[in-house]
Amino acid sequence: MRLAQHMAVASERVRATAIEATEFPELSRAYQVMGVPKVVINDRVQFEGAVPEQDFLGAVLQAVAPA
Amino acid sequence: MNAMAILTERDRTAVRKEFEKLTGPVKLVVFSQELVAGDLCRQNEQLVREVATLSDKLTVEVLNPAIDRERAEPYRVDQVPAIAVEGARAYGIRFYGIPSGYEFSNLIDSIIVASTGEPALSEETKASLQALAEDVDIKVFSTPT
Repeated sequence: MRLAQHMAVASERVRATAIEATEFPELSRAYQVMGVPKVVINDRVQFEGAVPEQDFLGAVLQAVAPA
Repeated sequence: MNAMAILTERDRTAVRKEFEKLTGPVKLVVFSQELVAGDLCRQNEQLVREVATLSDKLTVEVLNPAIDRERAEPYRVDQVPAIAVEGARAYGIRFYGIPSGYEFSNLIDSIIVASTGEPALSEETKASLQALAEDVDIKVFSTPT
C-alpha cells in the first residue's frame, strides 16, 4: 500500500506508518488485523485490501470529518 | 563480497536501477534497541546500511530511543525496529519491523518519493490533502508475502 507514503509526502498533516504485522503481534491484535493490507486512519476509519486512490482519499477525509 | 549480506547481487542491481530516479538527499533514521529486540534491530540496521550503499544521496542515522531520547522523541516512534524516511522535510514516513518482501519494495518506493518530493497522486488528491485542517495518522499493516 504505497498510497499512504505518497500522501505523507503530499501533506505535512499526513503521517504514514507501514507495520510488519507478524513482527508486532500485540499491535496487530489491538487493531484486529485479520487480513492484510489493513489500513487504520486516526484509529477511527479502517478497511482491508488494496483500494483505488479515490477510495483511500475518501477514507482519509472520513477520518477527519466531524462525528 | 560479503557472505553475510542480506541483499543479493540481483537485489542490489535492481535497487541501484530504481535509485537512478533519486534527485535530492534522503536520510534513513533507524531506531534500534538491543534490549527490546536485539536480533531484529541488528538485521534491520544492516539492511538499511546495505540499501544506503546503493546511492550517494542516502545517509543513515541510528538512534536508540532509550538512550538518544531527545533526538528520538520528535519521531514519536514507539516500536523497534523502526525506520523513518526523511527528504527535504520530515515527511512522517515510518516503517515498523524489517521491511522484507512487499515492504522492501515499499521502502525503496518511499525513498524515491521522499527524494523527489513528487508524490504519484492526482492533482485532486493532492489538493484535498493540502487542505487538511487536522493531522492524519495512517497505519498500514502488511505481511512479507
